[in-house]
Parts: sequence; structure tokens; C-alpha cells
Amino acid sequence: MSGYISIRNLQKFYGHYHALRGIDLEIARGEVVCVVGPSGSGKSTLIRCINRLEDFSNDSAIHVDGVPVLPGSTLAKVRAEVGMVFQSFNLFPHLTVRENIMLAPRRVRGTTKAAAAAQADQLLARVGLETQADKYPSGLSGGQQQRVAIARALAMEPQVLLFDEPTSALDPEMVGEVLDVMRDLAQTGVTMVVVTHEMGFARQVADRVIFMDGGEVIEAAPPAEFFSAPRETRTRNFLHAVLDH
Amino acid sequence: MDLFETFFNLEVLARSFPMLLKGLWLTLQLGAASILAGLVLGLALCMMRLYSARPVQILTRIYIDVFRSIPLLVLLIIVYYALPFVGVRLSPFASAMTALTMVSGAYTAEIFRSGIEAIPKGQFEAAAALGLGHRQTMIDVILPQSIRMVIPPLTNNSINVVKDTALASVVAMPDLLKQATQAQALAANPSPLIGAAAIYLAFLLPLVLLVSRLERRLSRGRV
Repeated sequence: MSGYISIRNLQKFYGHYHALRGIDLEIARGEVVCVVGPSGSGKSTLIRCINRLEDFSNDSAIHVDGVPVLPGSTLAKVRAEVGMVFQSFNLFPHLTVRENIMLAPRRVRGTTKAAAAAQADQLLARVGLETQADKYPSGLSGGQQQRVAIARALAMEPQVLLFDEPTSALDPEMVGEVLDVMRDLAQTGVTMVVVTHEMGFARQVADRVIFMDGGEVIEAAPPAEFFSAPRETRTRNFLHAVLDH
Repeated sequence: MDLFETFFNLEVLARSFPMLLKGLWLTLQLGAASILAGLVLGLALCMMRLYSARPVQILTRIYIDVFRSIPLLVLLIIVYYALPFVGVRLSPFASAMTALTMVSGAYTAEIFRSGIEAIPKGQFEAAAALGLGHRQTMIDVILPQSIRMVIPPLTNNSINVVKDTALASVVAMPDLLKQATQAQALAANPSPLIGAAAIYLAFLLPLVLLVSRLERRLSRGRV
């Protein structure tokens, strides 16, 4: 059975360093998957391969909704369907919050200015930032910037949302507001792949938790099982290190 | 004749003033045309240097390095006096503009490159992840940010171009300097040269001061 996102034998090298060692992963439509693991385990690299921000070797294959993620003309199509939220927000500093959200719909989808602006305001209301539309990103807190980044990704009405450690660069008091928005999103049926260190979020929101170490998927299980009865020693050691201290 | 009479002879200055103005007008035309053409050429060279096929990148790099190394005066003489031997005969204005543009384009390309390379990788990735193509990414995301950063060095380069227009006097173009030297010969008095110097200063000094102000503001993280 092939998933909505299908990853087969994903291999990634940085020079001689073997960052991903043959990942096989099927993700169903609407599924919320949290990817956890120690830093350097390859989890960010994995999701950056899904929209091909990272190149990967030719004997690997990733399909999103049946479309191969290959360089060339189909890649823009895949990327338009796959939104991404980055650890460091990556908002466009020369554009206002509203313009940040409007840019891709206007340029990629050809949405009219008025329609894109209306949509941007709607999305800002959804992430609780309707009063900030005319500010520049530098005038917002980290948590607000990340919520704008989520709204910007949503503006393309993506089928898949990739989150690359979305709360790791935030001050602790701002983590909650971003996770709340993500929790709401998980209810909407969009497929989510979330690289995170927030075990509480993974436990509550994920349909499946994936543990990676050394460029491999070590274990994948529903959160209840993953957190209470991990099968692999490496998973147990990791959970012990992050949860019990 | 005392020093004042020799170099600041108001009567000579007044008489040569119309000539100087004519020269100034030509200098400004040549400067503006070369700056604009240099910007277009520089942006094109920069894109080729960064984003084209490998052989084109190498050729572009060679062009940029050669034209930053060659003395402008030598280039100007080649364009005006040597190209006619291969059948290319350019007017003094066209020769000067060609030489100035070729050199300014090389410098401008490097300025743009530094501006683009200063943009964090995350900006390219965010644009790519949204499905923007390379052209759109450049036009809507990268260049608007780069250009802000490179306004001070671009202005510096423009000042250099205007100063270098004075070299066009060697190919008999009646620019500000040429008019001043002719007026000097006519009046047998160097005051017109001082007048020309004052006119160059009046135009370029404000630009120099503007660059300093922009640089201060940029270093404080604004603009």
C-alpha cells in the first residue's frame, strides 16, 4: 500500500557523510506524524527532502500524491502543495505581514491582489494576528513571526505541511501559542510532518511518532505505544534522556 | 599677477562659464548614461556569474576580473583608436560610454553579488518552499533586500563613473574638463580649471556625504 507521501530507500550524503541511510516511510493523507530523535539524527534532512530543499541520490524516490519529487517542472507543483515552516521563521523582512502571506498566492497561483489580501486577513485572524497585518516582521515577537510563517504556508492551501523544529528558536513563553495553532491545524485534515523536541505535543497530537537516530528510522508507533512501551533500546534511552530529568 | 589673479580670476571665470556649462551638460549625460547601462550590464553579469551554466560562469568571471584590472584610460584609447582598425568606428561619446559601461558593469556585478550572497539561505529556501521560481524569487524576495544593502557601494561606484568621465577629454569629447582646458588655453589663465573643479565638487561632494549617511544608517540596521 502506498501512502500520500511515499518515501522509498531515501539516501542522502553530505560529501562522505551518510546522513540518511535508506529511509522507507509511508504517510497517509491527513496523518499527523511527529519525527523525534537526537540532533544530527537526520530528521530535519528527512523532511527537507520531501520538498527537495535537499537533493537526494537518484536511487531514492519520494512521491507526494503520486507525483515524483524530482528537479524540473513538476517540482514547483509539488512545492505549491507542500507548505513548510522553518525553525528560523524565514519571513521576508522587506514585506509587511500581509504582503508576506500574499506573495505566493499572487505569484504562483495568479490570485488577484484583492483576493489575496482578503485571504491573508482571514488567515491572520485564524492565527490570532489580525491586528498585525501592516507591521513588518521585525516588529513582531518570535512567536508572532512563527504564526505569520504558518499563515504564509497556509495561503497556498497546501495538502501537506512540513514543520522543521518550529518552536526550537522561540523563547519558552512563546512556544505554547505556536503549538496551539499547530494543534488546531491538526484537526483540519491537512497532512502534517513535524520535526520537534516537544514530546508533549507529539504525545497529544500525533497519529504516529517516528524515532530517528544515525540517519535511520529506528521505531514508528502511535504515541500511546511509543511513549509507554518503546520496543527499541535506543528509543528507550532517548526517551529516558529527554523525559526523565 | 598674484596667485588670486591667476587661479581665481573672476573675469576669466565669468567668460568661460558658458563653455563650462556646456561641458557639464555633456559630462552629466555621459555619466548618467554610463551609470544606467553599467547597472543593467552589472546585474546581467551578476546573474550569469551566479546562476548560469559552469562555462558561462567562468567566462563571466574572467570578464569581471579583466575589466576591473584594466586602466580605464587604456581601455578608452583601445575603444577609440584601435577599434577603427577592425572596422568599428565609434563617436567620442559612444567610445567613452562603452569604456565606462564595460568597467562600471564589472564593478557593479561584484557589488550585486556581495548583496545577494549576504542574504540568508533561509530566504531562498522559504521562497522555494512556497513554489516561487528562480526569477520570481530574485525579483520579489532577494533583489529588493540586496539592493537596499548595496545602495552605498553602488553610489560610490556612480561617483567614480562621473569622475572618470573626465578621461573622455582624451578622445576629444568636449566634456567639462575638456571645455575647461580649452577655456584655459583661450584665456591663457588656469581659472577655468578651478571653475571645473568647483563644479565637480558641487555635484559629487553631496553624493559622497549621502553615502556616508546611508552607511551609518545601514550599520545601525535600518533603511
